[in-house]
Amino acid sequence: MMKQMLLSSTVVIGAYFAVSGAAGTQASAAELTLCWAAWDPANALVELSKDFEAKSGNTMKFEFVPWPNFADRMLNELNSGGKLCDLMIGDSQWIGGAAENGQYIKLNDFFDKEGIKMADFIPATVIGYAEWPKNSPNYWALPAFGDVVGWTYRKDWFSRPELQAEFKQKYGRDLAVPKTFAELKDIAEFFQKRQIDGKTVYGAAIYTERGSEGITMGVMDVLYSFGFEYGNPKKAYELDGFVNSADAVKGLEFYKALYDCCTPPGHSDAYMSEDIDAYKSGQVALQMNFAFTWPGIHADANVGGDKSGYFPNPAGPTGVQFAQLGGQGISVVAASDKQKEALDYIKWFAQPEIQKKWWALGGYSALRSVVEDPGFATSQPYAQTFLDSMAIVKDFWAEPSYASLLQASQKRFHDYVVANQGTAKDALDGLSEDWKDIFEDEGKY
Amino acid sequence: MLHSSIDRAAHATPPVLTRRIRGLSDRAIAWIFVAPSIVLLLAINIFPLIWTVRLSFTNFRVNRPNEAVQFVGLRNYLNILSDKDIWLTMQATAHFLIWTIVLQVLIGFALAYLINKKFRGNDLWTTIIVLPMMLSPAVVGNFWTFLYQPQIGLFNYAVGFLTGADPSSFSMIGDTTLAPWAIIIVDTWMWTPFVMLICLAGLRSIPSSIYEAAECDRASSWRQFWTITIPMVLPFLMLAILFRGIENFKMFDLVVQLTGGGPGSITELTSINLKREAFEKWRTGYASAYAVILFVTVFGLASIYVKALNKVKQR
Repeated sequence: MMKQMLLSSTVVIGAYFAVSGAAGTQASAAELTLCWAAWDPANALVELSKDFEAKSGNTMKFEFVPWPNFADRMLNELNSGGKLCDLMIGDSQWIGGAAENGQYIKLNDFFDKEGIKMADFIPATVIGYAEWPKNSPNYWALPAFGDVVGWTYRKDWFSRPELQAEFKQKYGRDLAVPKTFAELKDIAEFFQKRQIDGKTVYGAAIYTERGSEGITMGVMDVLYSFGFEYGNPKKAYELDGFVNSADAVKGLEFYKALYDCCTPPGHSDAYMSEDIDAYKSGQVALQMNFAFTWPGIHADANVGGDKSGYFPNPAGPTGVQFAQLGGQGISVVAASDKQKEALDYIKWFAQPEIQKKWWALGGYSALRSVVEDPGFATSQPYAQTFLDSMAIVKDFWAEPSYASLLQASQKRFHDYVVANQGTAKDALDGLSEDWKDIFEDEGKY
Repeated sequence: MLHSSIDRAAHATPPVLTRRIRGLSDRAIAWIFVAPSIVLLLAINIFPLIWTVRLSFTNFRVNRPNEAVQFVGLRNYLNILSDKDIWLTMQATAHFLIWTIVLQVLIGFALAYLINKKFRGNDLWTTIIVLPMMLSPAVVGNFWTFLYQPQIGLFNYAVGFLTGADPSSFSMIGDTTLAPWAIIIVDTWMWTPFVMLICLAGLRSIPSSIYEAAECDRASSWRQFWTITIPMVLPFLMLAILFRGIENFKMFDLVVQLTGGGPGSITELTSINLKREAFEKWRTGYASAYAVILFVTVFGLASIYVKALNKVKQR
């Protein structure tokens, strides 16, 4: 009886310590909230983060917002000093505002302490996602997801002998991956309203969205290769003659011509998801989209596998070739009460083996050891295109006033390309004026 | 039981407090009851309004907490009133406002007139007709974008079927000439039932004795309509116009969901433009001035209209 009582007491005491011990561990563990866009890579990150949870004891919560509302929602959060997000995978263009307004914490000391070197990451992603001011060693994020605008094409249609013969007869060259934008337009025109397998198909799905950033990303993706510059490289914020140069005007005229000739009906407000839908449903031969869409396309039952191919942005009329940078860095939100744990997450995420796993799950790692691995280029059918595209990137303004700059370009481009108002020169002259007004407000002149 | 509880509560009240309450006038007690509502109103309506007016004279940007806020006088107001793009959004709003009101009043009144007749299934038809206004504008906007889809949309198919045109040859929300009408059609579809209900209330409030007297005087149906029905429904109709006018001046959700203000800026109504200034460009001071101008416009027009409405009622 006594023994039983002793045993019972021991069990009770043991259980008490076990429970209190567990409670103690739980008390020291934190629940971190990571904010990002709602898209395929975010799902991969949820999967990847399970490793962090297991190793750190912290739990991860995710706040994913669809792309069209992502900037609205998250910039509201940052501007109001909200504590919803501890970690933010914010768009590359936010970096200037977030750094100057104290919304992200500066990571230089943390990187030095933990031995994280920016030289280990793809240079374009460091400039694009981490640095402010640009080209200065001031880091506000760790490159998290490399992305770039490129093209997907229907390889199975391109390889049909009857289409190849017809194309060759019409254009005097093979129906193949375009090397220039002029060739791309020929291909789009060739497929426009063509009957394939009893269905009417169209040339190309391109970005035309008005509400957030869609048409700007699409137009810029083309304009760079036509010679557009954001300003005088020798004198900051001198825009006239660069933003609205004759070459830039030609580029914008080309984009409108591509929209008018070769997009599917009703493609007047399309961004990433609309382009994916148009492509996956077998409506278009070519699709402009960010590289993040490629794993999903490769896996698609309808257009995946050998049916699709990938190519980087073609060159412009003078052979110049650039592509619009996408992607994001991961930052610690200054308003967060859990900065230490958030930094632990970044430390964990920066590890080469985690980055390797990130790529395997469908996340585009920006770590050089991953992308420069000899097996990387052949690891996926789109891997080489990703590397080629990342080598030619340019990005939109990342100034603190980026939102106003973006809204001006959205309006000017949509007015001209979709709404047929004015000429390309009017649009770019107007844009140059708008941007100058914004910079004047900012005290840049 | 209740009585004894009240008595107990009364006895439990400290005598000092009892004396103080007894000493209060009726007016003071009324103020005590009204005060919480007034405080709430001041906190959530009046204070933000005053704060907005104050911000409208500054260059404040909510996303730049570290920057000094400067007083800019009337600069924001002058910039807004001289901005060509803002006048274009005003024109787009006026086009939307006028046509939606005209169509909703005509169709709404016609439907109310028909529903007011006694026939079998009257209640069922009333329920079916009012369904659209019970839906969320976001849902309506979303499914009308599908209806307007050139390749699979039912609307394009119906137009194609009736006119023989290729359904994919036109895009209701992608074409600059059609998009303003696309948003008018959807708003009319959604809110005509509201106008109909108000008109129906007006029609049912007309005593049948007036019509009986008119018939005794051998007034024709047409004359009864113009001399009895219309004058007696007019105050209701004007009320419906006031409600729809104020609502459509502020229209945002439905149009954002349908066109996002596009193509270009053809359907960018003032509220969409204001939202872009305030929460995309983060020009808080400028957007405050913009909001004040819109508020004064709506308030001023509504006040004039209410005076006219009162005159009609007094007749």
